[in-house]
Amino acid sequence: MADPIVHIGHLSSWYGRGRNRKQVLRDVSLDLAPGEALGVVGESGSGKSTLAKCVLGLVTDITGTLEVNSPRPQMVFQDPYGSLNPAKTVGWILEEPLRATGVKNRRERKKRVADFLPLVGLEEEHLGRKPAQLSGGQRQRVAIAAALIQGSKLIVLDEPVSALDVTLQAQILELLADLKERLGLSYLFISHDLAVVYQLCARVAVMTGGEIVEAGDVDEIYDHPKHPYTKKLLEASLALD
Amino acid sequence: MRQKNWYLTIGLVLTACMLAFTALGLFWTPYAPSAMSAPDREAPPSAAHLFGCDAYGRDVLSRTLEGAASTLTIALAVLAVGAVFGLMIGALCGYYGGAADALVMRLCDAVAAFPSVLLAMVVLAVTGPGRYNVIGALGVLFIPSFARLVRGEFLKYRDRDFVRSARLMGVGGLRVIFVHILPNTWPTLLSGLTIGFNNAVLSEASMSYLGIGVSPSEPSLGYLLSDAQSYLFTLPWYTAFPAAVAVLLILGVGMVGEGLRTRMGAAS
Repeated sequence: MADPIVHIGHLSSWYGRGRNRKQVLRDVSLDLAPGEALGVVGESGSGKSTLAKCVLGLVTDITGTLEVNSPRPQMVFQDPYGSLNPAKTVGWILEEPLRATGVKNRRERKKRVADFLPLVGLEEEHLGRKPAQLSGGQRQRVAIAAALIQGSKLIVLDEPVSALDVTLQAQILELLADLKERLGLSYLFISHDLAVVYQLCARVAVMTGGEIVEAGDVDEIYDHPKHPYTKKLLEASLALD
Repeated sequence: MRQKNWYLTIGLVLTACMLAFTALGLFWTPYAPSAMSAPDREAPPSAAHLFGCDAYGRDVLSRTLEGAASTLTIALAVLAVGAVFGLMIGALCGYYGGAADALVMRLCDAVAAFPSVLLAMVVLAVTGPGRYNVIGALGVLFIPSFARLVRGEFLKYRDRDFVRSARLMGVGGLRVIFVHILPNTWPTLLSGLTIGFNNAVLSEASMSYLGIGVSPSEPSLGYLLSDAQSYLFTLPWYTAFPAAVAVLLILGVGMVGEGLRTRMGAAS
C-alpha cells in the first residue's frame, strides 16, 4: 500500500477543561490510503464527528499519532442550507476559496469557476443566484464544488446526503464517486447510515463510545457483522429501507 | 404573494418628505431665521409667514427649517458615532468571545444602566454646551445598544457551517467578520438604526429643551420647543409646527423600522 494520506495511531481526544474535561476518542487507529473512501459509522455521540474534526485540525487536545499528508483538507457539511452563505451568490461562494488561496486575478477566478461547474453538474446560470433560489440537491453540489475548487485531495464528508431525499441521495453519491475517480480524491465519509456508506466506500470503521469496535471490508461487515453494535446499526439502517 | 407592506411604504414616503423638508433647511429659508421684524410680532400663520411669527417677529417656518436641519445633522452624527463604534465592538466581541468580550460587555452594561440623557447632562455640565459636545456625549452613550445588537447577531452566525467552511478554506478572521457575516446582519442592523435614529432625535430634543444642548445661535427643534412653551396659549403655532415636524420625522422613520421588521419576519 502506498503511504497513507491520513495516518491515525492510538489517537485519544478530549473536550472541555479541568473537571469538565471529557474523553471523546479512545485509542483510535486507522489509515486512509490515497484514492480511498473510508466510511466511519456510528450514532451521534460515538465520536465520529470528533474524529473528523481532528483530521481537519480543529481539535487540539489530543494524544497519539495524527498525520495528515494533504494540505488544507476540506469538508462537505450535512446541511446545505447552513453551509452556504445566504447573503452571497453562488458565483461569489465559489470564487471565495480561490481568493483565500491568493488567486488575485478576477478573470482567472471566474474562468476556473466556470471550468469547474460541469464537473458538479451545475450551469453558468446558477452563478448569479443566491443559495435560497436553489434546490437542496443543487446547494449540495455548490457546497461540494466549493470544497474541491482549492484542489484539496482529502475531503471529509460529514453526512453529506442525510438532509436530502432518497433520489437526490443517489445522485449526490454518484457524483461523489465520479469526482473521486476523476480528481483522485480521498474521502473520510462520516455517517450514521451503513446503507449509504455501502454505496460509496470500500472500507468502513464502526465507532461507538469513542472507540472503533469493528473495521474492515464493507461487504464483509455488511454480510457478517461481528460486533453486536454493528449488528444493531445494520438492523436499524435496513429497517429504514 | 405577500401582503403589501403598508408600514414600509407609508414610512418611506413620510421619511422622504421630512428629509426633503429638512434638507431644504440646510440651504434655504424664506427669511433669515433670527431676523426680527417688529410689525410681524406674534403674527398668526398667513401667506407671507406660513407658520406664523414668534414674539419677536421671527418667521417660524424659517426657524423650524433651520432647527430641523440642525436636529437632523446632530442625530445623524450621533447615530454614526454610536453605530460605527458599536459595530466594531459588537462584531469583535461576538465573533471572538472570551474574556475580553465579557469585560467589554460588562462595561457596556454599566454605561447602559444610566439613563442616557442624564449621563449626557453630566458630561455637558463638564464640557459645556454646544453642537459637538452634544454629538460626542450622546454618541458614546449610543455605543452599548449597538454593540449588544451586533454582538447578538455575530454570536448567532459564528458557529454556522458557512463560517466554519470559510475558516477551513483559510479565510482570515477580519474578512470572515466583515465580508462573510456582516452582510447577513444588515436587516437587523437597519431596523436597529431606525430605532437609534429616533432615540437620537428625541435625546437631542430633550437636552436642548432642558437648555443643555445646542446654543441659541443654532437652534434645534428641541430648543424651539423650549423657547415656545412660554407662548403655548398666546402663540400656539410657534409650538405646533416644530413639534409636528419632529413627530412626523420620528413617525416616518419608526414606520420604516417596523416595516423592515415585518419584511424580515416574512422572509425568514
